[in-house]
Amino acid sequence: MLLIHCPYCGPRDETEFGYGGEADIARPLEPEALSDAEWADYVFMRTNTRGRFKEQWVHSHGCGRWFTMVRNTVTHERGETGVFGGVEPEADG
Amino acid sequence: MQRYSIFSLARNALTGHRNWPQAWRSPAPKPEYDVVIVGGGGHGLATAYYLAAEHGISNVAVLEKGWIGGGNTGRNTTIIRSNYLWDESAAIYEKSLQLYEGLSRELNFNIMLSQRGVLNLAHNEHDLKEMSRRVRAIRGNGVDSEILSPAEIEKLVPAINISRDLRYPILGASLQRRGGVARHDAVAWGFARGADDRGVDIVQNCEVTGITRQGGRVTGVETTLGPVKAGKVGVVVAGHASVLAEMAGLRLPIDSHPLQAMVSEPIKPVLDCVVMSNAVHVYVSQSDKGELVIGAGIDSFNSYAQRGSWHVIEGQMGALVELFPIFSRLRLMRSWGGIVDTCPDASPILSKTPVDGLYFNCGWGTGGFKATPGSGWAFAHTIARDEPHPINAAFSLDRFTTGALIDEHGAAAVAH
Repeated sequence: MLLIHCPYCGPRDETEFGYGGEADIARPLEPEALSDAEWADYVFMRTNTRGRFKEQWVHSHGCGRWFTMVRNTVTHERGETGVFGGVEPEADG
Repeated sequence: MQRYSIFSLARNALTGHRNWPQAWRSPAPKPEYDVVIVGGGGHGLATAYYLAAEHGISNVAVLEKGWIGGGNTGRNTTIIRSNYLWDESAAIYEKSLQLYEGLSRELNFNIMLSQRGVLNLAHNEHDLKEMSRRVRAIRGNGVDSEILSPAEIEKLVPAINISRDLRYPILGASLQRRGGVARHDAVAWGFARGADDRGVDIVQNCEVTGITRQGGRVTGVETTLGPVKAGKVGVVVAGHASVLAEMAGLRLPIDSHPLQAMVSEPIKPVLDCVVMSNAVHVYVSQSDKGELVIGAGIDSFNSYAQRGSWHVIEGQMGALVELFPIFSRLRLMRSWGGIVDTCPDASPILSKTPVDGLYFNCGWGTGGFKATPGSGWAFAHTIARDEPHPINAAFSLDRFTTGALIDEHGAAAVAH
């Protein structure tokens, strides 16, 4: 189990959190202009980084807020969390 | 290749089993092959075997970064079944089951296939209705499946708690009698021996570090043992497909997650079929050694670490002892994790790619073992003919662009 440092509440067990997958997948601003391949990339394709991976979590059983975390997907070493729109750590890939 | 038989066993027994030949060679990679298969798990070895056996292409290398069958092939719960909902899935999983049924004979290697039946439990009215729909669809595809009442389940599995007082009582089940288990290592070893005998080079401890291309066409791979040229490259690297795809500048609709399994201490025979429950989430069978082989669900987060979280095992055990109170005092001997490629529609990808001569076989999620021979058979066809076989045409990468997904979350039996 991961120990996740919620930027709002501090360190908590992983079981308090929900996982939101890869971060920074922004909904296209002009959806009608997108090709099928671009839609496929937005909806389905994922970076799935081996290494430092930027993902999003929600503190479901705590403050209920979403935040980002950069975590090494090989070592599971302590992830560095950041808040949306604030200072965020750098990821690989 | 020396054939295995009662006579070869007797002959070797007389000489103290000191003269058995090696089952496959350990060659250094040649500079060039017609086809390079990346990944020496069951699927990769099966692909190489069928390339040689069915398509006459034997100038093939299987490059494996560790040892063959050491990844998910050696980490799964060995369950085999073909009770999938959609026609496309039924075709490939049933092909695989049929190949399994003849595999020990074909490979002259005992894969210890045991068609002991796979039972999928229903715990509420909705489960029962869904199961009824599913069983009809499965039978419509010519695959065996039947519905059992609680009384019939209790007769088949006396150890199960059939009481109505359970939080999630057992109201019925579907049974595929031809489903069962096989020895996972033997599947890898049997295909390796068969492929090697037909001229395939199996190169272990050789990690692929790059995929070389020229003008939109694959030309070979970079490895830790040097460059290897190839006319065609088939990538079959469960768990790490996205990593290999990136080497070729491709993106895949895959997330890698840990999946855990565990075994109990060995006990006397108590469970002679496979029991699975999608709703409370447990799947369990008993090995020939007497251990209960138990599978968990995936961890929610992406990972390449081949280990999972304790709370997942805890939830798994809760479901197991609810269904089988008799197991509550057993100790677990080992637990382990593998990394599974999960696709958005819980169906695999066996496909050509935008790079000519480069093929991907991935995304089997939590259920790849059962598909090993069928996957290799169809992938070999795809590589040899440069076009998919009708049974894997629907599992192409472009289904994520066309939207023709094959949603098998209900059949996956493992939450993801």
